[in-house]
Amino acid sequence: MYRIIRKKILNAAVVQMEIEAPLVAAKAKAGQFIILRVDEEGERIPLTVAGTCSEEGTVKIIFQIAGATTYLLSQKREGEFLRDFSGPLGCAARTEGIQKVCLVAGGVGAAIALPVAEAFFRGKADVTAIVGFRSRELVILEEEFRAASDRTFFTTDDGSFGEKGSVTLPLARLLAGGERFDEIFAVGPLVMMKYVVETARPYQIPVTVSMNPIMIDGTGMCGGCRLSLLREGKKIMKFACVDGPDFDGYEVDFDEAIARNRMYAEFERKAYERTCNLFGRAEK
Amino acid sequence: MTDLKKTPMPVQDPETRRKNFNEVALGYGEEEAVAEANRCLSCKNAPCVSGCPVGIPISEFIRKIKERKFDEAYEIVSSVSSLPAVCGRVCPQETQCEMQCVRGKKGEPVAIGRLERFLADRRREEKLVAPVPKNGKRVAVVGSGPSGLTCAGDLARKGYDVTVFEALHLAGGVLVYGIPEFRLPKAIVQREIDALEAFGVKIETNVVIGKTLTVDELFEQGFSAVFLGSGAGLPNFMGIEGESLNGVYSANEFLTRSNLMKAYREGSETPIMKGGKVAVVGGGNVAMDAARTALRLGAEKVFLVYRRSMEELPARKEEVEHAAEEGIEFRLLCNPVKILGYEEKSDRKFGFVRGMECVKMALGEKDASGRRRPEPVPGSEFVLDVDTVIMAIGTSPNPLLKNTTEGLATDRRGGIVVDERGLTSRKNVYAGGDAVTGAATVISAMGAGKSAAKAIDEALSKEKNR
Repeated sequence: MYRIIRKKILNAAVVQMEIEAPLVAAKAKAGQFIILRVDEEGERIPLTVAGTCSEEGTVKIIFQIAGATTYLLSQKREGEFLRDFSGPLGCAARTEGIQKVCLVAGGVGAAIALPVAEAFFRGKADVTAIVGFRSRELVILEEEFRAASDRTFFTTDDGSFGEKGSVTLPLARLLAGGERFDEIFAVGPLVMMKYVVETARPYQIPVTVSMNPIMIDGTGMCGGCRLSLLREGKKIMKFACVDGPDFDGYEVDFDEAIARNRMYAEFERKAYERTCNLFGRAEK
Repeated sequence: MTDLKKTPMPVQDPETRRKNFNEVALGYGEEEAVAEANRCLSCKNAPCVSGCPVGIPISEFIRKIKERKFDEAYEIVSSVSSLPAVCGRVCPQETQCEMQCVRGKKGEPVAIGRLERFLADRRREEKLVAPVPKNGKRVAVVGSGPSGLTCAGDLARKGYDVTVFEALHLAGGVLVYGIPEFRLPKAIVQREIDALEAFGVKIETNVVIGKTLTVDELFEQGFSAVFLGSGAGLPNFMGIEGESLNGVYSANEFLTRSNLMKAYREGSETPIMKGGKVAVVGGGNVAMDAARTALRLGAEKVFLVYRRSMEELPARKEEVEHAAEEGIEFRLLCNPVKILGYEEKSDRKFGFVRGMECVKMALGEKDASGRRRPEPVPGSEFVLDVDTVIMAIGTSPNPLLKNTTEGLATDRRGGIVVDERGLTSRKNVYAGGDAVTGAATVISAMGAGKSAAKAIDEALSKEKNR
């Protein structure tokens, strides 16, 4: 059992928790993920490590309430326990040898980008952060990003905070203005990452994308997280849990990944509704 | 003259069982067990024992059954095997102990597996075992499948302080995520694991060795030896077009969703594709398990697609027969060419499977394995109407331990290299089971766990005496 040490509501749909898991805390690096189960009957869900405190033995996770499991997780209080918490899984983000980096994050992807930004910043890289949300109420980690980057741009779809439009706007402007990065690190919705790649393509700047597909075990055993890379005209199958989660954005077959992500959309929507109804009634 | 045939074991009727996940074979009662034991000729040289990878004294326990001394019979089995209730069910006895049985030369061999199962199931509350004096040495076991549990059990019996590390949230390895409830009830696996814990074996779940802790860190923590029983690893795919479509599973994923994540239970929240038409590709026991699971989850039709003929089918005969009785349709001498999907983006089913193109095969010359090589028959392509495809074509070793354990040698395929005692290229690091051999049987993994436990004991005893 793994105790919830602290819990913080970041916005209406995003929650941050610090979980007591000393073995994971001692090892986890930016870019890696954990797998948790809320309770005995729960499903296994992967969440990226949003930070660690090795003295305290805690691991920070940030999640968006998007389905039945994340809803149940959000209902847990400080001092309560999670049934299972395993990791760190996947490969750490590559930061060495990169002097100038641009992080592009969308929505709750900001929680994944932040520890990577911090790792680059600590490593004395020049860090530009572009972080986008749908609107002002959904903005998270604003101060944290400002503290971990040399330049920070915020965008919202409706213009209620920062620049109006998508994250690719500031990126395109910077690139057109002659800015060159050793690497662009993009994390967020699949469609967003796909367009970041397209924006960078004319300039041939390396783009690393962080993939977060459906998983079960997280150790390579099931192959459910497989995705295709297109390399020299050939399709190569990779498992995001062991080969990733970071991949070369120019190689990822985004259209396939988008289709695969929808595999259980219907099932999950129903499970979410059932769970919310159950709890809605219970709370009355 | 005793009967030439085995005493029949009651089974659930195929029409009933294809709709439920309860165990198919129901096991012997006392009278049936004694009747079957009486078929044993009690051969002096007991050839059956030579066929058992863990060397259970078979004719001795059968003699005790004849005498109705069931507890004593059980003691004999359990002194050698840590998992008798499991082995009695899933061992391929027909190619091991029972193949050596003299009775089998004329008629059917003695049903050794059924007798073993009878004894294990009959066992009531685990008797409190007198604690073995601890010798103060700690051994770490990586993975809680058949090889790891056997190694842990044997070492604990010798007084070692054993900790088993399991990556998943539940111990049991393939016995809980792979083999379905109707062939091996999970309560039985849990009972075997509880017995080990009662004996002092510690089980740490949610620890991924190679990630959470490395093998070197285990030694730093004071473990004197490490056994690697991490299992078969990553599922293989065919490399054909369409394998990334929604509705294509590895057998590992499909079975894990159903078994470990309980999708087989009514009202489970674990997503899995149920119903429709399913093709399972492969011919091993895993393929049979996947096909029969799909059927029980409500598939209207399940095809088993295998590129060779019935004769070469590697699954156990009993599993093949059970599958056929339940209505699995065998498409033999048939190989997938590509998986077809819905291609219109506006289609609600865009990205999902709509069929599988196959080609008929013919057996040609014998290949290196001594089996006749299947070759495609030109122009024989046809489309199998399915919406789910399950690939059960084997696994490749997981590179995790190799990549994080300096000096751990692996072979060309990626399997961990060991000597005849299970010792790897690293001092005091042993390995066994599928992590070494690639996908094989529960009992051969147990045999490897057993011989490694013996080797670990010998090596560590020497160290102590030095």
